[in-house]
Amino acid sequence: MNPNFGEVWVYLSASPLTALTATLLAYLIGDWLYRKSGRMPLLNPVLIAVVLITLCLMASGIDYWTYFEGAQFVHFLLGPATVALAIPVAKLLRDMSGGFASLGIALFLGSVTASVSAVVIGELLNASQQTVLSLAPKSVTTAIAMGISERIGGLPSLTAVCVIMTGVIGAILGPYVLNAARITSWDARGFAMGVAAHGIGTARAIQINEKAGAFASLAVGLNGLATATLIPIFWSLWQWWGGASL
Amino acid sequence: MLIAFTQLLVCQLCGEVITRGFDLAIPGPVLGMSLLLVILLYRGVIPSALESTAEGILTHLSLLFVPAGVGVIAHLTLLGNEWQPIIGSLIGSTVLTVLVTGWVLERFHRVSRDES
Repeated sequence: MNPNFGEVWVYLSASPLTALTATLLAYLIGDWLYRKSGRMPLLNPVLIAVVLITLCLMASGIDYWTYFEGAQFVHFLLGPATVALAIPVAKLLRDMSGGFASLGIALFLGSVTASVSAVVIGELLNASQQTVLSLAPKSVTTAIAMGISERIGGLPSLTAVCVIMTGVIGAILGPYVLNAARITSWDARGFAMGVAAHGIGTARAIQINEKAGAFASLAVGLNGLATATLIPIFWSLWQWWGGASL
Repeated sequence: MLIAFTQLLVCQLCGEVITRGFDLAIPGPVLGMSLLLVILLYRGVIPSALESTAEGILTHLSLLFVPAGVGVIAHLTLLGNEWQPIIGSLIGSTVLTVLVTGWVLERFHRVSRDES
């Protein structure tokens, strides 16, 4: 008996089952390597998983949208996961006595820095307008950032890629930057990671320290709200001011 | 667990309906999160089933970013043409944001510590 591998391949390359399994396997490999290396920041599980799957897709010639049809089941969970951030935030707010004003100021300045500096640096380095607009919401969690990007005329799928890259950069560089700046309290370290590098930075903060993780979760939720409000306002002000040529 | 997951989805659905119905700039899941937060703070207790379900989802939060991240493959040409401004902007802006946010919060803490 001769098994028909051609037919099996046709089934596998189009089935959501393959894409879903590959996503979980690639992530588990990434996570295993990350743990094995003693949590070396450069071996970020998301980075490894993305590289592995991208290489597989390129080698097999399967296009992204076919892959995404299966992977969307994982992608979908970003929505409920965003809602679930309310739980650590509620726990933290319940246990906190004061200090809300300083959090508010840090959040506002951090949120403005994240989008304005991304736009200014992109502009200085001669990025196209569409790329600059796609960069603006890069510090908030994917679902939110894609929504903002669409709203202001960026490319939502490019924004998603920038968001992931920001998260990985933040998870890798964040702890070094915080050490260099002698920022030692766990709440400030966690909050900074959450504002700058959303869920991926938070995932790293959770592993380092529980308090830092809670403040990072708080920052992701609050920064999502702040950025989703601030960027569209800035954008309409900019257009109203006549700054058509960004 | 099933009830808790349904509660999360109901919050997200309410968020989506409100944000689309009133054409708001805030994405649905964020509004859903705010909604759940208000309910939890108002009630003053966090149901343990909801707490453990949220913990389960959030432990593997970074897995959920993988499918969007693979989208890099659809933009290889654009990234090839504009990789310098994109990488420069992402690294510069991320480092600046970590510094500004962390520094402001740490500074305020020092002030409140000195006062007490």
